[in-house]
Amino acid sequence: MISSSKSGNGYAAKDTFAQRIHIDIPLLLGLLTLMVFSLIIIYGASGQNIAMMKAQVIRMGISLSAMLFIAQISPSALRRWSVPLFGLGLALLVATLLFGHVGKGAQRWLNLGVFNFQTSEAMKVILPIVVAHFITTYSLPPRLRHVIVGFVIVLIPTLLIAKQPDLGTSILVASSGIFALFLAGMSWRIIGSLAVAASAFAPVLWFFLMRDYQRQRVLTFLDPESDPLGSGYHIIQSKIAIGSGGVSGKGWLNGTQSQLEFLPERHTDFIFSVFSEEFGLLGICMLLAVYMFVIARGLYIASQAQDPFSRVLAGAITLTFFVYLFVNIGMVSGLLPVVGVPLPLVSYGGTSMLTLMIGFGIVMAIHTHRRFNK
Amino acid sequence: MFLNQRPPIRNNVAESNLFTRRVIIAFVIVCALIGVLLANLYSIQVNMHESYQTRANGNRIKVIPVAPNRGIIFDRNGMILAENKAVYSLELVAEKIKNIEHTVDTIGSIINITDEEKELFFKVQKAQKRFKKVTLKSRLSPAEVAKISVNLHRLEGVTVEARLKRYYPYKETLTHVLGYVGRMTKKELQRITDNDEGANYAATRDIGKQGIEKYYEQMLHGVAGFQEVEVNHRGKIIRVLNQVLPEHGQDLYLNIDVRLQQQAYSALAGRRGSVVALNPNNGAVLAMVSSPSYDPNLFVHGISGKDYRKLLSPDKPLINRATKGAYPPASTIKQLMALAALEEGIVSETSSIDDPGWFKLPNVERKFRDHLAWGHGKVDVYRAMAKSCDTYFYDIAYRLKIDKISTFMYQFGFGEYTGIDIHEEKKGIMPSREWKRNRHNQPWYTGDTISLGIGQSYWTATPLQLAKSTAIVAASGKRFTPQILGASQQGQGLLQIPADDYAPIKLKQSRHWQIAQKGMWEVVNNIGGTAYNVFKGANYISAGKTGTAQVISMAEDEKYDASKIKERHRDNAMYVGYAPYDNPQIALAVVIENAGGGGSSAAPVARQLLDTYLSENKPLGESTLLSSQSTNQQDRTP
Repeated sequence: MISSSKSGNGYAAKDTFAQRIHIDIPLLLGLLTLMVFSLIIIYGASGQNIAMMKAQVIRMGISLSAMLFIAQISPSALRRWSVPLFGLGLALLVATLLFGHVGKGAQRWLNLGVFNFQTSEAMKVILPIVVAHFITTYSLPPRLRHVIVGFVIVLIPTLLIAKQPDLGTSILVASSGIFALFLAGMSWRIIGSLAVAASAFAPVLWFFLMRDYQRQRVLTFLDPESDPLGSGYHIIQSKIAIGSGGVSGKGWLNGTQSQLEFLPERHTDFIFSVFSEEFGLLGICMLLAVYMFVIARGLYIASQAQDPFSRVLAGAITLTFFVYLFVNIGMVSGLLPVVGVPLPLVSYGGTSMLTLMIGFGIVMAIHTHRRFNK
Repeated sequence: MFLNQRPPIRNNVAESNLFTRRVIIAFVIVCALIGVLLANLYSIQVNMHESYQTRANGNRIKVIPVAPNRGIIFDRNGMILAENKAVYSLELVAEKIKNIEHTVDTIGSIINITDEEKELFFKVQKAQKRFKKVTLKSRLSPAEVAKISVNLHRLEGVTVEARLKRYYPYKETLTHVLGYVGRMTKKELQRITDNDEGANYAATRDIGKQGIEKYYEQMLHGVAGFQEVEVNHRGKIIRVLNQVLPEHGQDLYLNIDVRLQQQAYSALAGRRGSVVALNPNNGAVLAMVSSPSYDPNLFVHGISGKDYRKLLSPDKPLINRATKGAYPPASTIKQLMALAALEEGIVSETSSIDDPGWFKLPNVERKFRDHLAWGHGKVDVYRAMAKSCDTYFYDIAYRLKIDKISTFMYQFGFGEYTGIDIHEEKKGIMPSREWKRNRHNQPWYTGDTISLGIGQSYWTATPLQLAKSTAIVAASGKRFTPQILGASQQGQGLLQIPADDYAPIKLKQSRHWQIAQKGMWEVVNNIGGTAYNVFKGANYISAGKTGTAQVISMAEDEKYDASKIKERHRDNAMYVGYAPYDNPQIALAVVIENAGGGGSSAAPVARQLLDTYLSENKPLGESTLLSSQSTNQQDRTP
């Protein structure tokens, strides 16, 4: 680590407390603002349940601690550990498929004696590291064969997770890897041919890989009113909640769809609908502004990173965060089929928050463990 | 493993620039996708806001109808005849109960539940809509309410409901006038829905089944209110947003005088028969009794099978004899026959015949016998009525011929509905050539005409028709549709509702009315009159006519019980009359089945009623809420 005496450049203030503990203040403020949003909405969505608030605050504390802990690890150390971690992650996924605990019709949980561990979550963190590590080993832009190997690395865990089946997580895991390849400079020709291949793969996915309930979800997505009391119920009630909120919303705790419990999963996957009903389009704009700030800050940190691995990794983590956001809002507003993706850092629950905050810990580590200043 | 293959030279600046370009592209795509999300949200929240708002309200707002309180029914003096009383009943929602048999048994261990109640409950419950309350036991006593209430916490899906139920304090006395209310049937509900009254009856459980309760259902029912409530996704009411109170039904004041009604009912003393009393000046029905009767309160709570079977006895308490019992009118129409003969010039006030005790058609052997075998001797029109001389009326019927008789009698309402304001009514029969052709496919024989003279043959009339025809004679031709309802009240004012009147009967000589009236006066006031002994000593002057009908059948729809045929073959005792003679206030008809002579059995009942009505009280109208004269507060187009 080299200490800098330059003070005209804000990044050179190596001696600040924040930098000593490897924290990026603007990013942290963005994340904390999202958590404040989360607590405000959960209070209403849970029916003023203080116990749930407490639980969520504890989870936030654990996640922030994890972020702080991860931020202390230098990117090069991460890179060294990436391959063994990937191997362990794959082993756990296979173990989950073989011995996993079945919950809600899917094998997602591995009982590690003390607690149930959702193995696919770990892969969300590990995969971008290993792909970034592999692809930046060679000069960029990557060659075709490296891209192909990169895709193989992405596909193995994605398929293992899809087999559980967990469509939402497999999308998130795959996109984290693909973003790494994209940011590394994968050529547009490859991107174009991949798009064609993906559309050719869609029927295969539909007929051979998707389960009945997943197909039903897609059908419902295409026409939710076809089954208003069955599988279309979620999306219809969600759109009613959002639409009835209007421009300025019904006011905090006044959302009838959520307070009277017409809206299912209202503190988890559909928390955005609760927010939209109570705070309206204006509230949505504020929330999206905070998200955009976090994403912009993450991408800025990526572009300022000092080596290709760090750049690609920070960028991939940030863009994956965006995928959470886009898929969740898209599904609750009827643009995308319902796949179980939470609204990042706002939905009630600890698993995804922990994963996301570990990711942001890595981003902060990339920004603060600098070998030299620009 | 990858690290070992790192190439020696890398263009770091180029790689950095490449990355920056990719990040910018990524950021542009991010912004574009956020734009897509926002555009979609804008369309949902702004463009389609109203439609979604409506649907959100549709989710949470439910409209619950509130039944109006049924109007109270009073008699003309303001005595309550039908009221609403709070009744507690035990109700269950089957869908909220895990093991319904077990719950019913548990309840049975707390309060007494009969097997019949259980059976009825399970029968109704199976046919009931989901999540509807079904009554297990109605009319809980206060003790039972208390016992159940303390156990309610362990009886999920069980509630004690307080409802207003109809109560008829005079019980069987007024049954055939008031009718009763009972649980609405599917058919009745359908009819209401067809009349676009479905919303108004949405919360109503009981509906008028007979009598006044049925005829004036619309006035009595009132207008339903509603509550707009917010419900959650399980349909539980969270709060009341808005409510419109129901408008209670109109209170009705009947023309009935309940004291007279009670007097009439007790005078019949359980015998099969009927009494109808009208005000000849305005058509008001002062009393209308059919005996035997039954307690209408039984039907309000759903009558048990055992109780209902009792009502199917040969005495037929269910039938309203006053309006549905068609009896041969016998001698009670002799004044009318006399009127017809006077009008046709067949007899005059001074002409007379010689009565040998029988009447014989020319060239026919068969004799029509008088009730007095040796005859009444020289008989004029007054003596014919006073003594009820059959031969005299055989003769005038023979000379009038059927067509004249039936045409004349139609004017008095025979063979036609009186139009009284209850639905249970029969026309009776006023025979004519066409009627016999249609009914029996036979020509009219002269022999048929002869017995018409004494109100026999095919002629039948209801007690109400007899009272009405008597009222017409008393009022010298003024005609009214008999009406039970006197006034209605909604809010402050009492609205008098007079009976319909129609064109009076115009005689060629109006003096003929006085002859008929005088004839009826002689029945009561001449020492030889058939009702003289009965009315001796009355402190008013009345007029009347006795009748003793030979019976084969009482009502058109009665089946005779063979074991009782002898008793049932006895004559019907009948009496019609009015009083006071010079200013008639009341006209009545009394029919007692198989009781023998009209003078000996029916006339005493009439005497009691007239005594009650005229002696003990001042003439009606002075002390009562309802005017006794025909007034026209309400415009009615004729």
